[in-house]
This record gives sequence, C-alpha cells and structure tokens, in this order.
Amino acid sequence: MIKIDHLVKNYGPNCAVDDISFEVKKGEIVGLLGPNGAGKSTTMNILTGYLSATSGSVSIAGYDVLFDPLEAKKHIGYLPEQPPLYLDMTVEEYLIFNYNLKNCKLNRDKHLAEICEIVKIGDVYKRLIKNLSKGYRQRVGIAQALIGSPEVIIFDEPTVGLDPKQIIEVRNLIRTLGRDHTVILSTHILQEVQAVCDRIVIINKGRIVADELTENITRAVENNRRFNVKICGPQKEVMAMLKAKPGIVRAELLSGRDGDAYCYMIESEVGVDIRKSLFYTLAEKKWALVGMEAVGMSLEDIFITIVDQTSEKRRYERRDSKARRAQKTSVESEVAKSMLSKTEKKTSEFSGLFDDDAK
Amino acid sequence: MFAIYKKELRSYFINAIGYVYLGVFLAASALILCYTTLALSSYDTATYFSAITFSFIILIPLLTMKLFAEEKKLRTEQLLMTAPVTIWGMTIGKFLAAFTIFAGSLLASCVNFFPLYSYANAERAAQDYSSIHIGPSTANIIGCTMGLLFIGAAFIAIGMFVSSLTENQLAAAVITVAIILVMLMLNAVTPYIDVYAIRMVIDWLCVLSRFEAFSQGYIDIAAIVYYLSITGVFLLLTVRVYDKRRWG
Repeated sequence: MIKIDHLVKNYGPNCAVDDISFEVKKGEIVGLLGPNGAGKSTTMNILTGYLSATSGSVSIAGYDVLFDPLEAKKHIGYLPEQPPLYLDMTVEEYLIFNYNLKNCKLNRDKHLAEICEIVKIGDVYKRLIKNLSKGYRQRVGIAQALIGSPEVIIFDEPTVGLDPKQIIEVRNLIRTLGRDHTVILSTHILQEVQAVCDRIVIINKGRIVADELTENITRAVENNRRFNVKICGPQKEVMAMLKAKPGIVRAELLSGRDGDAYCYMIESEVGVDIRKSLFYTLAEKKWALVGMEAVGMSLEDIFITIVDQTSEKRRYERRDSKARRAQKTSVESEVAKSMLSKTEKKTSEFSGLFDDDAK
Repeated sequence: MFAIYKKELRSYFINAIGYVYLGVFLAASALILCYTTLALSSYDTATYFSAITFSFIILIPLLTMKLFAEEKKLRTEQLLMTAPVTIWGMTIGKFLAAFTIFAGSLLASCVNFFPLYSYANAERAAQDYSSIHIGPSTANIIGCTMGLLFIGAAFIAIGMFVSSLTENQLAAAVITVAIILVMLMLNAVTPYIDVYAIRMVIDWLCVLSRFEAFSQGYIDIAAIVYYLSITGVFLLLTVRVYDKRRWG
C-alpha cells in the first residue's frame, strides 16, 4: 500500500531523513517511533506530498507522490502534528469544507454523521472551532482525516494534548480504523505504539534503527533487566555481593530506605532472569528480601535492547565469517571487516544517542 | 478549487475584512465622485476613475494580505497541500475569491453614476435643443470600469504572490502597498527622464499609461493582454512558490 524507497531529506546541511526505506501492507497499523527531532514528521510530510524529498521515492497505493500527486492524495487522510483547523469556522462548516475539498462522493450528511459518531464530536458540531478545547480540536482534526474514507490514514502524534481518557479513546479508534484502513502513526510514546500498532519502525537521527513486529519489541521490553530491590542486611556486604554476582551487570545503591532495608538498583545481563538466583543467594546469607520491583523500560532502554540484539546477531555473523575466512578467499575477509566496522559504527551511533538524551 | 473559492469568499465576510473593504471602497468612491465630478459640476468622470485607481494602493492589499500568509501561520496550508487539489486549483480559487469581492464592489460603486444621469435627464428636459450631448460619457464609464477590473486583477495577483512569500500578514500588506504605489506612480517620473530607452521601459512597466485608451472609451486589446499577462505571471509565480516546496 505504501512504499518508501531510499528516502532522503536534507534541510540545508542538516539531514532530517537519511535513507529510509520501508513498506506498509494493506490493513497494517505501523507506528513510527523515535525521540523528538528524529525525522518522523518530516517523513510523514513527504509521504503526504506536503514536502519534497531530496532523493528517493514514495508511492501510495501504486501512485508516486511526486509525479502523480493528485491520485496519491486521493488515497490519503492526514492529520498533521498541529491540526490544520480554520478557527473561524464551526465544526460543521469545517467538515463540509473538507468534504468538498476532497471531492468526496459519499452521501454527505450520512458520511459526516458517521464520522462525528466515530470521533464523538456530535455535541460540538455547531460550535466555532476557535472555542473548542485542545482535545476537541484534535478530534476535529482526526475527523477531517477520515473524510472520504481514504485507504491510507496518517496520524502525526495523534494523542498529544489529550487527557488520559481521550488518549485511550483515540487509541481504540485507531485500532478500529486499522481493520479497514492502512494506518501510519508517529509518536514518541512507547506505550502508544505498543497498544495500537502491528509493527514498529524506530527512527533515530533520520535512520531506521529497528523495524520489528510489535510482539518482538514488547517481548524485549517485558524481558526485564532492571529491578529495584530492597534488602535487609549490611549495606557494604550486600553491595559487594550484588556486584560480584554473575548475571548482574550493574548494581547501584539508591538513596531511599525502607525500615532497616536499603534499596538497590540492579541490572541483569541480556536474557538472564536474575530474580530466582538472587532470592536463593540472599536466603543463604539470611538477608531478607523485602521488596523487588521491575523498573519499566524507557524508550532509551528499548534502543539499548534493540541495539544489543542487533549487535549480538552481527557477532554471530562475524563468527561465521571468521570460520569461513580460515578456509576461503580474502574477499570474504573484506566482507567481514566491513561488517565489523558497520557494527561498531552502529554501536557508537547509539552511545551518541544516549549522550544526547542525557543532555 | 470551488471549495477553496467558497471558503475564501466566506472567510472575507466572517473576518469583517470583506465588510471593511466594501464599506471603505464604496465610501471612498462616493467621496471621490463628490470631490471630482460633482464639485466641478461637470459630467467628466475621467478624474474620478484615475483617483479610484489610487484607492487600490490601500484597498487591494487588504484583500490579498491574508490569502496565503494566514494559511501559513495557522498551518492550514498543510491541509490544502495534502488534499487532492492541484496547486493551480488552490491559487485560482483564492484569486477568484478576492477578485469576486473586488469586482462586486467596483460594480456596486456604479451606483454613484445615477445622480449624474438623473441630473443629465433633468438638464436635457429643461433645454429644448437636444443636438448637443449632455450628461456623463457612458463609453468612458464602461471603458474605465473594464480597465479597472483588469488592473485590479493584476494587482490582486501581485498581492497574492507577496502573501505567499511570508507568513506575516502585515508584511505582505506593506510590501503590496509599496509595489502597487510604485507601479501607479511610475508615469509621474517619466517626464524627468531624458534617455528614451529608460523612459520606454518605465512606461512599459507603468500600469496607468495603458489606462488612457479605456478612459476614452476604447477597448485596447494590447492593454488587456498586458494586464492579463501581469495577472498570469504573478499567479504562475505564486504556484511556483508552492511547487518549489514539493519539488525541493
């Protein structure tokens, strides 16, 4: 349905989107996830034909956005980051304007009534958009994107500025839409993509760093590695034990105390469930474990996890190529070298990411 | 295109700008008539029309300043640019909306001539010889009104182009005022220039120098083509401003 091919967008010397390619199949809900300034909005603006790409191509339903914009745009409903509302119109006038603008052939009153039903703006239908709250404005923006029932719907941060209840409503709405539309949404909130999307494309600094099914990413998240534990016992010894314990890569003393227990933060190695063995170790030493809670992973952690996983994959590949190199030609060693440098490049890219976030 | 036309036309009358424009233009034209033709107690409308042209300096920017600048500021252009409408469709829709208001007000201002005609009737009735023409020159009125329509179209296109360059309405208005002012004032400069070539170029750029034929009641095809080409060029430039973003 949507095909993005080696998309590059430069703003002067700044590269906003750097060689992005992915495809979205019909009926799929894809989430573009990434920190602020990652290039999500730029990608979406190019998808909808608002901006041009420096190079690369985008086709929607088989129509190239640059060369056949009219046909391509007929298949798109777009809600930009800031809903494009005419503040001096009533909701009704605005929707009718959009209906005419998109040259919609469906029965007008019925179609608009349906949309109002879906996004629940029936009670403000006759009011001026100027006087609506942010949440309602956002919903009117969503309604606008739905007019004409386009095959592809693109939402740029659809839940920004909504209250928690509305956020849930909008997410449910997007889920429902996904049944008969292809949906792309962008967000920097992980839970949102997890709740809504079938597939997640993670973008950072204009590049795709991961393109995975949501299940895989969720698994990575649930595979918890960080815990806050509360242990009664001599602080120094406990700390020494935690640091020495195999499977734990990091242990820190936290400032809080709970009765006579100290709080620690531990992080386990990838793929190791530390909880049971930690319990038995503590039991042996007769240090009571009075609390253990998993620390939820943030977007940055997901990045780490994903990068860890990809670099691990690469490591295997490297090992294989090493084995082959022993037997075969030196050409392959070149391949291996390039692979190695690629891995290193990728890792360093990510350490850069975290520095940025720390700032 | 039609949707955009309708929307723009409507927005003139929600934002009071349409009323302000109509009110000011009609008041100005009536006043100008009082101080030119009526004050001289003549039927000559030539001065009236050339004075009207100068009211465009302030009034046309009023119509055009918000056309694109406001959309840019409110980010609503994103809606238009991602809708299945060509950029030409969008530009022409907006142009026609502004032109409709302009043409409507100009035609409405023709009410001003009723007193002239009724005076003329009264005067003719009072005199027993009817061989001498008494009354306003209808050819002049029709010719000038047509000429003004074309000049207005050209100015609106220029104003629209300026509006498409900025997101600040005020800046758009000021720049448009400046451009229209220069275009109207140019022929005041020509007598002071000795070099024929420069004089010809300035004369060519000057909007008013082509207006004379209209005021004598001729329909000057060359002038019409000139005004239409200015309109066309600036519409094209406006489209290019938006096209540029799409093609990078």
